[in-house]
Amino acid sequence: MSEPILEISNLSVDYGFGPDAVHAVADASLTLSRGEVLGLAGESGSGKSTLAYAVTRLLREPGVITSGSAIFHGRDGAQDLFDLDAEQIRELRWSQISVVFQSAMNSLNPVFTVGVQLTDVLRAHNKELGRRQRQQRAAELLDMVGITPDRLRSYPHELSGGMRQRVMIAMALALEPRVLIMDEPTTALDVVTQREILQELGELRERLGFAVLFITHDLSLLVELADSIAVMYAGRIVEHAPAESLFRNPRHPYTEGLLGSFPGLHGERKTMTGIPGSPPDLRNLPSGCAFHPRCGYAMDACKAERPELLPISWEPAEPRSASCLLHTDGYQAPESLSKTPKIGSAL
Amino acid sequence: MTEIPVLEAKNLVKHFPVRQGWSLRGAKVHAVEDVSIALRRGTVTAVVGESGSGKSTLARLLARRTSLTGGELLWEGGTQTPSGREYASEVQLVLQDPFASLNPVHGLRYILGRPLKIHGTVDGRSTDDAVKALLERVSLTPSDQFIEKMPHELSGGQRQRVAIARALAVRPKVLLADEPVSMLDVSIRLGVLNLLADLRDREQLAILYVTHDLASARYLADTITVMYAGGVVESGPAVTVADSPQHPYTQLLLSAVPDPDRDGAPRLAGAGSPPSLIHPPAGCRFHPRCPFAMAKCKVEAPPALPVGDGHTSACWLHENTENTQASPAAGTAGAA
Repeated sequence: MSEPILEISNLSVDYGFGPDAVHAVADASLTLSRGEVLGLAGESGSGKSTLAYAVTRLLREPGVITSGSAIFHGRDGAQDLFDLDAEQIRELRWSQISVVFQSAMNSLNPVFTVGVQLTDVLRAHNKELGRRQRQQRAAELLDMVGITPDRLRSYPHELSGGMRQRVMIAMALALEPRVLIMDEPTTALDVVTQREILQELGELRERLGFAVLFITHDLSLLVELADSIAVMYAGRIVEHAPAESLFRNPRHPYTEGLLGSFPGLHGERKTMTGIPGSPPDLRNLPSGCAFHPRCGYAMDACKAERPELLPISWEPAEPRSASCLLHTDGYQAPESLSKTPKIGSAL
Repeated sequence: MTEIPVLEAKNLVKHFPVRQGWSLRGAKVHAVEDVSIALRRGTVTAVVGESGSGKSTLARLLARRTSLTGGELLWEGGTQTPSGREYASEVQLVLQDPFASLNPVHGLRYILGRPLKIHGTVDGRSTDDAVKALLERVSLTPSDQFIEKMPHELSGGQRQRVAIARALAVRPKVLLADEPVSMLDVSIRLGVLNLLADLRDREQLAILYVTHDLASARYLADTITVMYAGGVVESGPAVTVADSPQHPYTQLLLSAVPDPDRDGAPRLAGAGSPPSLIHPPAGCRFHPRCPFAMAKCKVEAPPALPVGDGHTSACWLHENTENTQASPAAGTAGAA
């Protein structure tokens, strides 16, 4: 599990140049291990999608990768995705790294049948396959995501939203990539369809062993789905922890607030507050910690000093980190942010 | 429950003609079929459903934004329903997307001042004062700064507050909110939901909350009505419906919702996707997906059957006590 497959370090992405540049992603580091599901949570404008676009080199102007590296441990050794030329990256996409976006509606070409689009991926990357083999493989792929192969002759408009998203997943898995990046893949779908697709994804992952970077705003979904979760706010990763620990014992005030923004399905109904204020304007970020104007624990130091994403010193047992001054030396984290799991409470 | 509802809908039907396609000439989309719902003073009624369940059409029917194919709307118990502008001053609709529902070329002074002038609710104050009072009602303070702003200067949550303020300008008794928070960032959704709860408690508004999110309906609403394929499948007190759902569709919906507190992997209670509303299935519209479907379900649509105090479920499983035994006991969460 711990063998890294995609190592993103110190990634920064700007939109635009010079003093007007918007720092959409700032100094983000993430490691995706083999076969892992890494969740990336954040609100709109937090930079989570920009990060995905940057890593897959799909970023369009005026987006610029200003620093950082993304080391991909592929079939032919480790390489920095940012050093590859256009042809190399084209070969790598689909075959080793695939992306599934939110709107399958816009990702499929409306004038070609699903079958043509599926076989096109195979033809572009695997020259040895004959026409018949490609057809057969496309049918297999559809079957794999729970669509009957006779749908190969269907046009995208003849499929429901959930089926289109399944076709996209089938296409993304056509060449058995090692990494699947999913950017809000189920946000536009109904909950029942979302659940069906996630279950299929889980089964496929078990069988094929690819790693998933799952990007969403729905933290409660990630808690169920992901092995570990990174939370982004205003372009920075503010907390990174194993999913269960992040849910039970959040360490960053923003994570705590975000978890408190989802009304539960059980228990007593009580008034919840969410997070006061609004997400920040990236063109005009607050000084110091970008979250301080909305933070209930903010101190004077938070306005001046920007905290680094650091491992939490008193919690050596778990690989987790948070960027909050409260967890650095000289400050005492409040009880709500320093809860520890009750060890040995077998009852 | 004996109080007369402010707005009551009885057996609403809405069919849309299909305008495209040769083979479908003369066909209809059965968007809303025989839906009854009552909105009472000081309560939030949630309508929960997936896309295509007819929940937004229902909101539009209640707002009289679209004509009824059948059924009737009762205003305060009588058949004398106010019409035109009079109705608009009693029933206001708040739409999903605050980025589209506010005119970007006008400032808040104009956006909020216009309904005040048209409906004559300025009441001798200066328009500016009336607008500021509205902004304060939706917690956009300091109001003398917000009145100068343009929509693009506001965040999504603030825009939705303006949209709610605009609806409140005419002093309605009924507020229809169609997915008011689904376009907003997660961290600010609760703020808007709490505002709606506040308006219910403080101003005794009757609020219809249309949503696809069962958890937020449970959080905000007093009663929940679950819609599927144009019809009501279950209706009852919010916590009861969410904790011990009786209709197989509500159970399916609940089994699919992300829930970090769930023990173990979720198991979907049913499969498939909603039916075509042009040719809906005969009998119960849920029967092709229902794990408990019986022969009767394919022939006859079930009426709303009582399953508890103020709680109804449109399912043949509840027809008599014998069959209730067979009823899926997925209400384990509620039993606990």
